Amino acid sequence: MKDEVQSPEERSAGLKGMGCSRKRVEDVRFTQGKGNYVDDIKSDGMLFGDFVRSPYAHAKVVSINTAEALKVPGVLAVLTAKDLEPLGLHWMPTLAGDKQMVLADGKVLFQGQEVAFVVATDRYAAADGVEAVEVEYEELPVLTDPFEALKSDVVLREDLAGQSEGAHGPRKHHNHIFTWEQGDKDATEAVMAEADVVAEEMVYYHRTHPCPLETCGCVASMDKVTGKLTLYGTFQAPHAIRTVVSLISGIAEHNIRVISPDIGGGFGNKVGAYSGYVCSVVASIVTGKPVKWVEDRMDNLMSTAFARDYWMQGKISATKEGKITGLWCHTTADHGGFDACADPTKFPAGFMNICTGSYDIPSAYLAVDGVYTNKAPGGVAYRCSFRVTEAAYFIERMIEVLAIKLNMDAAELRRINFIRKDQFPYQSALGWEYDSGDYHTAWDKALAAVGYDDLRREQAQRLEDFKAGKTRKLMGIGLTHFTEIVGAGPVKNCDILGLGMFDSCEIRIHPTGSAIARLGTISQGQGHATTFAQIIASEIGLPADDITLEEGDTDTAPYGLGTYGSRSTPVAGAATAMAARKIRAKAQMIAAYLLEVHDGDVEWDVDRFVVKGDESRFKTMKEIAFASYNQAIPGLEPGLEAVSYYDPPNMTYPFGAYICVMEIDVDTGEHEVRQFYALDDCGTRINPMIIEGQVHGGATEGYAIAMGQEIAYDDMGNHKTATLMDFFLPTSWETPTYQTDHTVTPSPHHPIGAKGVGESPNVGSVPCFSNAVHDAFRPFGLTQSHMPHDHWRVWKIARDMGLHG
Amino acid sequence: MIPAGFDYHRPAELDAAIGLLQEHGDEARVIAGGHSLVPMMKLRMAVLSHLVDLRDIPDLQGIEFGADSISLGAMVTQHELIAHAGLAEAVPLLREAALQIADPQVRYLGTLGGNVANGDPGNDMPGLMQCLDATYKVTGPDGSRQIRARDFYESAYFTARSDDEILTRITVPIPAAGTGYAYEKQKRKIGDYATAAAAVLVGEGSASIAMTNLADVPVWSAEAGAALAAGDREGAVSAALAAIDPQEDMRGPVEFKRHVAGVVLRRAIARALSRVAG
Ligand SMILES: Cc1cc2nc3c(=O)[nH]c(=O)nc-3n(C[C@H](O)[C@H](O)[C@H](O)COP(=O)(O)OP(=O)(O)OC[C@H]3O[C@@H](n4cnc5c(N)ncnc54)[C@H](O)[C@@H]3O)c2cc1C
Repeated sequence: MKDEVQSPEERSAGLKGMGCSRKRVEDVRFTQGKGNYVDDIKSDGMLFGDFVRSPYAHAKVVSINTAEALKVPGVLAVLTAKDLEPLGLHWMPTLAGDKQMVLADGKVLFQGQEVAFVVATDRYAAADGVEAVEVEYEELPVLTDPFEALKSDVVLREDLAGQSEGAHGPRKHHNHIFTWEQGDKDATEAVMAEADVVAEEMVYYHRTHPCPLETCGCVASMDKVTGKLTLYGTFQAPHAIRTVVSLISGIAEHNIRVISPDIGGGFGNKVGAYSGYVCSVVASIVTGKPVKWVEDRMDNLMSTAFARDYWMQGKISATKEGKITGLWCHTTADHGGFDACADPTKFPAGFMNICTGSYDIPSAYLAVDGVYTNKAPGGVAYRCSFRVTEAAYFIERMIEVLAIKLNMDAAELRRINFIRKDQFPYQSALGWEYDSGDYHTAWDKALAAVGYDDLRREQAQRLEDFKAGKTRKLMGIGLTHFTEIVGAGPVKNCDILGLGMFDSCEIRIHPTGSAIARLGTISQGQGHATTFAQIIASEIGLPADDITLEEGDTDTAPYGLGTYGSRSTPVAGAATAMAARKIRAKAQMIAAYLLEVHDGDVEWDVDRFVVKGDESRFKTMKEIAFASYNQAIPGLEPGLEAVSYYDPPNMTYPFGAYICVMEIDVDTGEHEVRQFYALDDCGTRINPMIIEGQVHGGATEGYAIAMGQEIAYDDMGNHKTATLMDFFLPTSWETPTYQTDHTVTPSPHHPIGAKGVGESPNVGSVPCFSNAVHDAFRPFGLTQSHMPHDHWRVWKIARDMGLHG
Repeated sequence: MIPAGFDYHRPAELDAAIGLLQEHGDEARVIAGGHSLVPMMKLRMAVLSHLVDLRDIPDLQGIEFGADSISLGAMVTQHELIAHAGLAEAVPLLREAALQIADPQVRYLGTLGGNVANGDPGNDMPGLMQCLDATYKVTGPDGSRQIRARDFYESAYFTARSDDEILTRITVPIPAAGTGYAYEKQKRKIGDYATAAAAVLVGEGSASIAMTNLADVPVWSAEAGAALAAGDREGAVSAALAAIDPQEDMRGPVEFKRHVAGVVLRRAIARALSRVAG
């Protein structure tokens, strides 16, 4: 047999297991236009819903007249809060312990808020119906600035009047949501008082939006005969959505089937529950027909979850040699009209307390105040793990600000403050236990790869030339060393709506030695069907190509908390390995039985169990699979399958070193990214090609955010960036070229040592691009200028520094 | 983002199209490539009961070369302007500008006529046509008339064309051999309208300068052209900047736009001068 002459290496390569740049199996359908997205779902008699939205940011809703709308041909119903109230569905709970109006209940709190839901026979009639609904508003004073909101007499949330206690402790003001404190305030302030040097800065991470290519949507279908509700949707957490729908609708959970089909990007935008889901479900119950709701681009940018909007006041102290002694941060967090952040329950500011970053900082203190304003709700983790991007941006800016104060090279300042390899597991001052890291190695590799010293020399020469009038372009070198915290998370401290953040995998081996695996997560483009099959292939020795992977159907998949916060590989990936190991353990018993030896006398060899000391006697996994279905093995049940619910003992802490070289035209504010080097350490690498793709995508989002993307409002609360003309999504033309690299520091507590990578490039690249802009102007005295660094803001830096003559 | 309902007409004769406009008055509008009109309809900023598609009307097609000018059909697409070799040779400025409009997909459908008739200050072709001193032929119930591009634009979306007239052809004079040219445009990304743009032609003793998206109409400045023709670059820049009136938008505040307008124009002048031949 051919098999027998293959070396273990050849057999291993044939599996396309971990470490193999296996092509994405999903792409066969995606590249042929054969994906199946929510909007592809069609069924007989399906109806369409569309929202009447508020043109005002803050107003009383005096009256809603639906009479004309109901006359529009094809319009069947118009739902308002009054219709939902008897069902108790005019408000819904948010993931952050607040509640949110499903449809305007007497007032609106942001422009674009859902006021009425028009149900019609097709989407065109629904749109005409929306036009015909007459709403009378009475405008109220608008608060768009969180600092002002905390001082203003204007009450945004009358429904909370008199509630001095919120979901996360005391409220200080009627527009205040929570204060979240971490670390030791007194100790940190004492350290600051005695420090040689203290640098202080306000670092603003502006409001932006995940803007997935596919917007949010769903199809709700209530079968009045069986009493079963099927809900297709763009859900990043289908199982949690099922539970939430059951809890708020009163429909028994076994009568609800939630299906996330193919999803065209999520980036946190599709974690929460939206009015469209609730209204579609109600409309389907009322009409007995399937009801589809799909946002258009403007709906998506105006009303579904935004990201960031953190005002981070920081202080960092150090010795005069540059050893950091303390970090202090007070954040004012603009949450919009409702607190609909998607964070684990005990973390109202997410994992913002990872803001000590990659540095050994003995004392630290963090306080976050959440504030209501007249903006859209949200505050989701846009390709990051719960506020980790904000934290990374904060510390990586503060390091630069400190370097300026100390008149030190920022690369060197980082190096002398990194947590050393021998300090892991490392206990951070703000309460985390970093699992593993080797920052110095990564940093030195990165600096060497870009030729850091030469770049600095070139930059100095450029500055001379600029001052001599020979060029109008400055050169900026952006540095970042980030540490992420992903893989939420241990059930002991991580839950969403009381659901512990474990995840799951179920593997079933078929008689002929192929398999199906189902997970509690859901891919939105991450390539789960490709990578998770690779984990199984390596663990149990069946080719990845022979393993089907399914996610997203709550009737068939095991319960899990879904995909966001880079948690799929750290949590569901671990569950996958654990389930596979259970299968291998049973397989070992089967093999031993077949080979007529004791269990302990066989050992694993790539894709088979071999009798110790006699390589010629073995049973391949394929043979074992068949035996499990056709042999009566004493003491063993037939079949070969396993399930694992994995509760991670700790988070994982991926890290990376990014360097960007940027050219900046001081006259126009335009820039060119000349070089972008990204070294990622995500522990064990499952599929290097997918990692590279994730880095390209995440860095491109980071580029957009740093260099132009924003959700902007005027003083009246009008949304100014609701189309892709003004909301910056880079095309291939603007997108920089990336140079990727890696080191491998496995996670000690993860079964395969993997840490997760999907979000690292967004987390790491934003400060890197931003630091490059700042660095270009450092010689002229710039310490901080807020993102996005679009043309006019960069131009303004140059003007303010007197560079326009 | 769904337009209100409308009837779609596709006449094969110019007269029939004009007849439809007369019959339906301001309920009707002609549609060319649709890449300015359809977005407005989707936002319901334009609500029309009748759309009259111009693509089957032969009078509006084709690129015809005369002795010292070129006649371009209103329905010639921006892509055709780029792809036509003879045109690129005779009026290279046209190609350089068209390449900076939107992206290839938009340019396959977007037409020259639609771009200049639209009256949106963000469109690039109106300033370009003023720079080139083009003439528009419009035809209505009372026959045809010629309007210079420099006289066509009144304010944003208001032009010298009346509602029942159709723009049929655009005549572009062929610049003298060796004329230097440049179209310089600053924008935020591919597919964006100009933050500031400048069209410059400069030859022996003559020059023409126009700017885009810096006022509610394209800005052609006779003084600027005259100054440049006399070799006074900075005089040309100050004259052009005196004529602009930019508004703040997401591209930036007025002060920034004024500054960038100067930068873009200086670059366009420098590039145009570097291309003067013979
Ligand atoms: C993403 C995007 C980016 C863009 N970027 C740019 C850019 O950078 N620069 C730029 O200049 N343009 C840009 N455009 C606009 C594009 O060039 C349009 O195609 C052009 O403005 C209009 O041409 P059209 O043929 O599509 O006209 P339509 O949209 O069909 O018509 C526009 C208007 O002109 C009228 N009209 C059309 N033809 C005639 C005629 N023959 N007689 C009388 N009236 C007529 C119509 O009634 C309508 O009011 C962009 C468009 C998009 C969608």
